[in-house]
Order: sequence, then structure tokens, then C-alpha cells
Amino acid sequence: MTDMLTIDADFHLPQAGVSDLLPYLDDYWRMQVVDRELPSMPFRLSSYPANAPHARNTAFEGLDVPGALDRFGVSVAVCSMLHGVAGLHNPDMRAALLSAVNDLVARDWLDADTRLRGSIYISGEDPEAAVAEIERLAGDDRFVQVLMLAMQDLPHGARRYWPIYEAAQRHGLAVAIHAGALYRNPPSVSGWPSYQYEDYVIQSQAFENILVSFLGEGVFARFPDLKVVFLESGFGWLPTTLWRMDKTWRGTRQEVPWLDRPPSQITAGRVFLSLQPVDMPGPDEVAQVVKHVGSTDMLLFSTDYPHRQFDGDDPMPAGFPDAALPAIRAGNALRAYPRLGRDPALAARVDFLEVTP
Amino acid sequence: MNQMLREKEGKTRLRIVDCDIHPAQRTPQALYPYLEKRWVDHLETFGPFIRQALVGQLSYPRMTANGMRVDAKPEDGPAGSSLAMLREQHLDRLDIETGHLVALGRGGMEERNPDLSAAMSRAVNDWQLAEWVEPEPRLRAGLVIPQDNPEAAVAEIERRAGDARFCQVVMSTRPNETLGARKYWPIYRAIEAAGLPLCLHPAGYSSGKPSTGTGWPSFYFQEHYTFVPGTEALVTSLVIEGVFEAFPKLKVAIIEGGFSWAPALGWRMDKHFDTFHAEVPHLTRKPSEYMREHFWWATQPMEEPKNGRHIEDIIDWIGWDRILYSSDYPHWDYDDPNHIFKFPLSPERREAVFGGNARKLYGYA
Repeated sequence: MTDMLTIDADFHLPQAGVSDLLPYLDDYWRMQVVDRELPSMPFRLSSYPANAPHARNTAFEGLDVPGALDRFGVSVAVCSMLHGVAGLHNPDMRAALLSAVNDLVARDWLDADTRLRGSIYISGEDPEAAVAEIERLAGDDRFVQVLMLAMQDLPHGARRYWPIYEAAQRHGLAVAIHAGALYRNPPSVSGWPSYQYEDYVIQSQAFENILVSFLGEGVFARFPDLKVVFLESGFGWLPTTLWRMDKTWRGTRQEVPWLDRPPSQITAGRVFLSLQPVDMPGPDEVAQVVKHVGSTDMLLFSTDYPHRQFDGDDPMPAGFPDAALPAIRAGNALRAYPRLGRDPALAARVDFLEVTP
Repeated sequence: MNQMLREKEGKTRLRIVDCDIHPAQRTPQALYPYLEKRWVDHLETFGPFIRQALVGQLSYPRMTANGMRVDAKPEDGPAGSSLAMLREQHLDRLDIETGHLVALGRGGMEERNPDLSAAMSRAVNDWQLAEWVEPEPRLRAGLVIPQDNPEAAVAEIERRAGDARFCQVVMSTRPNETLGARKYWPIYRAIEAAGLPLCLHPAGYSSGKPSTGTGWPSFYFQEHYTFVPGTEALVTSLVIEGVFEAFPKLKVAIIEGGFSWAPALGWRMDKHFDTFHAEVPHLTRKPSEYMREHFWWATQPMEEPKNGRHIEDIIDWIGWDRILYSSDYPHWDYDDPNHIFKFPLSPERREAVFGGNARKLYGYA
């Protein structure tokens, strides 16, 4: 495993306390944060409660960040710190704290382990601040993606967010959407589920709507080099969503003339999905999904560290054709993340940038 | 067309049950004969009151003919308002043995005024009987209820229980709360007691909540898709909140909500069941087992993967005894029974999907 290039698309850093963010804040925000007692607040996203079995950090017990990278033979991990500060409503406080999180990740993690790559964590609710943050950090090549949560104000294709995509495309950054909710809207059209189990299950339904939104609003046409990465979206839903899109498009394409081909052709090479957590119960179902999509080119290896979502020791689920494994493990990621794709040290380790089994 | 189907089937007549036909009133005033004067006066003064910005129209204008088949519009009303056309274009032409009415738009599904929603539901139910089912015995009515006024909904179900002209109770997949919520349990108790299936069908009007968990889409292209995750969330809710533990005889027909997503949803719920079981100890079985036992799925709009047989994989998981043919007449995305399956069906499966499964579910001979 160790001699094979492995890129982990979804690797989580332990969340820093707000007090750890103080060195990265200016005097005004340091005073605000202290006076308003933010360091005493947990800032956990309620879609990932600290002790809930799907979110707690005991799954890889005894494995710290470098240990986990070693254990799974990860050459490069695109990491994120899904900090609860994104859930704040005060746009200035939120922007200051998000910037502090990004700076802390660079100093405490990217500086410490050269296998790690960063995410520019932003809030879509304030595109102007998000673009400023992208511009501030884009010079650091170790940041390879812009990161947003799955449920926010508006579907992700909405024009309000286009300045973010323009900046991401210009800097060769992928746009990643991670499961999770800001709860600016009820998580389903019919409202609020009663149980966390339901809330977790319907995250993948949010991704269906997000994919349809990127298509319908014309993001792929407007930003021809933009790459979109779905993290913890599951992918069992993908084939039937694409079937439905292709069928609906035939009856409604006059409304969305930027969709000049069937949607399933437009998403190829533009949308990527992380493996874990895998929703299929076994290899037969994994193989069926691959057959129905007709490709594995959109799948990105992920461990989802430190959430243990898989059985045994290998995050790669059974059921994929052997010939597809190197691309899932690394080659697809080089196409999903422009900054990784143009890294000669990484490209030299693969000879299969375009593998279709 | 009916000739084609008969030939494919051999000499036996294919007895089609169409699980989704939409009747329409010629005008809003067509319901007045079925309303008390108090509500006629109210409607003339205040009109309906629903949870979206625009009244009397859809917020996402459809592509053509207000979302209807252009040829289904009579001169004196909207598409779906003519029984003669329904007979000629659909029931006779395709040799439909039984057709299920799903009356959208002016029932009690969306009305905010609780007493008006109850009165409108009663009126639409009486209108279905008097103007469709009585003159055309091939048709069955779907019982419209004021679903967000559960007490009145229960009363309407109890009032009609035992009347075989109603084949099922209809609820919108855009309810005010997610359908597993305890608020709706009295309705399920009444449906179970009446021995009727529950039909879940999307309504074009808003529930008052954005149609996705991340806000309102911009285009009808997107809005059309929201019926899928919207229905997925309701199946998730009904299963996980324990409705089928509380009402073990409840049967649910998903009409126009799609079916191809069912396996992936069942897999996802099952895959995470052990992780979350402690939170939902009321569940005694894996979620997919409730899905397979309690749900039936209508075909329209049928997806068309390049390899038609991929649909076969999907139905193999759901069960060939659980698929119901539906046309969605007179809507634009209507499915013709002669063309929906892009792979050959055995005579047994053809009989089951186009009528046998529905006859078993609804108790027809």
C-alpha cells in the first residue's frame, strides 16, 4: 500500500477551541471574543454532536493525525476543520473567526506535516467576505479547495455564490461541499426531522438537490474549469439522480439553455464524490452502482478520519473493478484538485491520469 | 394502442389500473355547489390562503400549457376538466379498467384556514363522486383530507370509511411537518381503521418551507426534481419515527414521487442503522424491511437509463409485486403504458405491474 500514491479527500482535523484562535485575531476581535465569553462555548455543529456515534472521535483510538496517515498509507490528505464558527449569524464575527481557523490550520497542521493540504473554509452567506478570504490565502499553494457546508441559505448553484466560484476557478481551487447543515432552512421540504438518524440519512438528499442546482443554474457552463467535490455525500444516489436529470432535461431544456448536453455528460469530469461513508451494504451493491453510473472516474478515496465509517482496516470498499482502484485512490483526485494535478511530484507517481475501466 | 398491448400480452386482455389521473374543476366556482354558503361567501371575499407569494398560480411556471398535455384541454376549461376527453384520450384508448383520481389544487392540502381546508376537502370529495365516479364507474376517488388539521382530517376519513368509491386517502408530499411527526398519527390510526391505503402525491403548491434543505431553487428544472428528495425525506421520516411500529397494517403508495431511488435510500438507512439504533429503540427491524413491507411505488415519471435493464435491477430490489402503473394524465410528463419499459417483461410481471399489484393492494377483484 505504501508505494502506491494515495490521496485522502476527506480527513478531519480535531476542532480547535476558540481560545486557540485568539492569536489569529486582531485586537478588536480578541476583545470581543473574550468579553462575550466565546472561549467557553463549544461551537460544535449540531449535525455532528461531539458524542454521537457517527461523529465522535474514538473510532480510530490511539491514532493521531500522523499516525492515521501512516496507517492508511496516505500520501496526501486534503484536510478540513469543520468548525462551528460557520454557524454564527454576525457576518463580521463569523468572517474573523473563519479566517482564524484557516490560519491556525496552516500553522498548526500544514506546517507540521507536509502530507496535509488545506481547505479555505468560508461561509457562502457572505460571498464578499468569502472572496476576500480566498484572495488572502490563495497564494499559499497548500490550500487546494474552498470548503462550504451542504445546507446553507440557498442551493449552491445560486448566482449569489458565483463570485466565490469565479475566485476558486481563477486560483485553481476546487469547491468542496461537506455534509452538514447551518439550519438556515428546515432540512427537508416538509420540515424538521425528530431524530439525528433521519437528519443524517437526509444529508445525501441535500446533495441531490445541490447537484441539480449546480446544473440548473448553469455553473458548469459559466465556469468551465471549476471542479466540485462532494464530501460525505454518499454516492448510491448518484445514478438514479442522473437518470432523472437526463429525462427532465429533455422536457425542460428551453428553460436552462446552458445545459447543451444531457446533464450526465456535463457532470463527467466536473463533479467528484468521496467514498466514505459508503452507503451500500456490500460489494454487489457497490458494483451495481458502478454499473449504473457507467464509470468510477468521479470517486475519490477517503478515510473520513477520525470517524470510523468502515469495517476492517481498509477504507476502500469491496466491489470496484481492480483496474479502477489506482484512479480511485489517487488519479481521480489529481483531476478533481487542479493544484494537486499540476504538482509534478504527484503527477510523476501516476501514469494513468485518465483511467476508465 | 390498446391493440398493441393486447398483442404483446397474447390473447389475454391486459387489465390496466392507472394509479394517477388528475381531474380538474372547469372553474373555481365549480366547487360552489358542494360548499356551504358561508364558505362560498368567504371564497368570494377572501379567496384561498396558502403558503406562497402568488395566489391562484404556480410559482414556477411550467414549460408549456401550464404543465399539461396541450391536447387534453377542452374549450371550456383547463386540461383534465373534461370527462369526455378523459374517456376518449385515455380510458377507452388505452383500455384502462380502473383509474384512480388524485385531485390536486383546490382541496384542503394547502389552505391555511383550518375550517376552510376542511370544507374544501369535503367539497372536492363530493365533487369527485358526483361529477366523475358516478358517471364513470371505471374511476375511483382519492379521499382528500385537510392534512394539517388532523382532527378534521380524521372526521373526513371516518365520514367516508366503507364507501368503496374512495380507494385511498391522499396526502401531499409537502405537508407542514415531516410525515413521521406525532401530529399526523391520529390520521394514520383512522386510515388503518378504515382499511384504506395512504397515497402520497406531490402537490405543486408550497408547504411554506423551501423545497430543498438548502433553500429555494431558481428554475422549474430544479423544482421538478425536488419532488424526489422531498418524498425520500418522507419515507425516511415514516420509517425512522416509528409509524409502522405504531400502525403495522398501514400501507403507503408513493405516487409520482419516483421509485428508482428506493434501493439507495434503503441501503443508506440500513448502513447506518447500528450506529443510530440506540437513538430510535422503537425500531425493531432494519429500515429496508419496513420499506419492503409497507410501501408500493408508482411508475411515472419513469427514468430512462441508456441501458433500460438498469430499471430491472431497481425493481428486483423493490419487488415486482410492489410496482404500480401510473400515467399522470393529463400532465406534460405523462407516461404511456406502451412505452415506459425499455426491456421486455414476462407476462406475469406485465400483468402484475399494469394491474395485478394494484388489484391486490386496493382489494379489487
